[in-house]
Amino acid sequence: MTRERLVNAVILLGLLGTALGAWAMDAPYTITLATKVAILALAGVGLNIALGLGGLVSLGHAVFFGIGGYAMGILASHAQSYSPILTTPFVIEGTKSMPVIWLVAILASALAGLVIGALSLRTSGVYFIMITLAFGQMFFYFAISWPAYGGEDGLSIYVRNGFPGLNTLDPIQFFLICFVLLALGLGLTARLARSAFGLALTSARQNAARVQAVGISPYRLRLVAFMLSGMVTGLAGALYADLNRFVSPTMFSWQTSGEIMVFIILGGVGRLFGPVVGAAVFIVLEHVLGGLSEYWHIYLGALLLLVVLFARGGIIGLVAGREVAHD
Amino acid sequence: MSLLSAQGITAFYGPSQALFGVDIEVGEGEVVALMGRNGMGKSTTIKVICRMLPEASGHVTFDSQDMAGVPSHRAAQAGIGLVPEGRRCFAPLTVEENLISAARPGAWDIAQVTRLFPQLAARMDQRAASLSGGEQQMLAIGRALMTNPRLLILDEATEGLAPVVRQEIWAAIGELKADAGLSILVVDKSLRELASVADRAVILERGKSVWTGKFETLDAEISHRFLGV
Repeated sequence: MTRERLVNAVILLGLLGTALGAWAMDAPYTITLATKVAILALAGVGLNIALGLGGLVSLGHAVFFGIGGYAMGILASHAQSYSPILTTPFVIEGTKSMPVIWLVAILASALAGLVIGALSLRTSGVYFIMITLAFGQMFFYFAISWPAYGGEDGLSIYVRNGFPGLNTLDPIQFFLICFVLLALGLGLTARLARSAFGLALTSARQNAARVQAVGISPYRLRLVAFMLSGMVTGLAGALYADLNRFVSPTMFSWQTSGEIMVFIILGGVGRLFGPVVGAAVFIVLEHVLGGLSEYWHIYLGALLLLVVLFARGGIIGLVAGREVAHD
Repeated sequence: MSLLSAQGITAFYGPSQALFGVDIEVGEGEVVALMGRNGMGKSTTIKVICRMLPEASGHVTFDSQDMAGVPSHRAAQAGIGLVPEGRRCFAPLTVEENLISAARPGAWDIAQVTRLFPQLAARMDQRAASLSGGEQQMLAIGRALMTNPRLLILDEATEGLAPVVRQEIWAAIGELKADAGLSILVVDKSLRELASVADRAVILERGKSVWTGKFETLDAEISHRFLGV
């Protein structure tokens, strides 16, 4: 077992242990914090496919987070009010079933990823960053001006959606759902990174011309990676909306995109568990420092500066040493 | 019918013209040496054949398929395998990962590549960046073979290598010709070694093909005039 794998195992068990410990001590708020870490980490795991493996600096990943959130919000609000989403040409009802909501969130994110990726991946560098940012803002302003689903005020869902055989209102059970999905997301990313697709994607990040010389289209590689990345982040958005039982245009904002990117940079770009560590540090800082000062972001900024300047592999790199993503 | 036919190739780097009319034919199972002094357009010709230089004109066909407008990855999919100058392996990937990343269906797989280059078998988990120059060259050839090409293009495959390693590479090229029956377009300056594998030669001078013929007819006068040896 490499050092990084050991560190990864400790992180995963640490997150699980924190939630189970809080459950044993009857501390539901701590379980909610651990759940938030798992969900935000999953959003980061999604972005890490595009950013870490593909080198695609997307500043619009909140689009997928928001799509996931609104997929949950729209389906659940219609189920709540017993009104169909669509009546013609066919009837589409709302639902309170988490698996159905996840599926819709993933498919809608895939479609958005296909459209946004197909257009934005024709550019690179700063233009790619700007186009993804522009798409993010487009969705943000669309959500603000969509009164049917709360507009600027957002949309509240009164009861958490259901999962067959589980009581999702029980914090520990909802945590376990999110934890399992995070583990699956991490497993998918690890498998992807070791696959021929992932290796070619990593190589295309280095030198696209060399990848073309072996018969692979970097554009298609990146488009598939961008879609997969969006699908995982979209699923995280649906879970986040279920955690808060609330969705708002903020989920689409560029600040949300920036925060997801901060998780990855803090934890380590391209490191499998980078987003998990980054999300955990972010939530702990928000919880601990946020109680002391409303300007806690200053400390986060200072930490980010230190990591960028002195720990290029992020916190994971600092602890586990320099290793590439596919390890 | 030639596997590769390139007629009247011209190419530009921005406003600067690099090729002024290059003609090359490579037949099935044939080894053709592309020769010329430094800066005469050998690597540019290869870039045009591999569709890596869009600002080019002329008529290139591969396996009777017109390559005009074909993107470079499609050229590789069609069966043109390139071993680029300077090796250019994927440095952070391991040897095995380099090979897997290029794999396409066909007879060439990791077992076949390690049969050709046994040294690579012991280096499978080692990163490409940490290999010696010779091993990197073997990996670059192996990676190109993993695409299961019909035409293998070797651009200065033995440049900068130790004599003993060069011999191994030339032996491998000979084996590819004899056993695999692969068509090969090879760019190199080693006349003696080329003579052992090449069927024909094309010489470039200032971006034009100035001499084409059977390798054994390449006499001292032509070598001196166009190659400076």
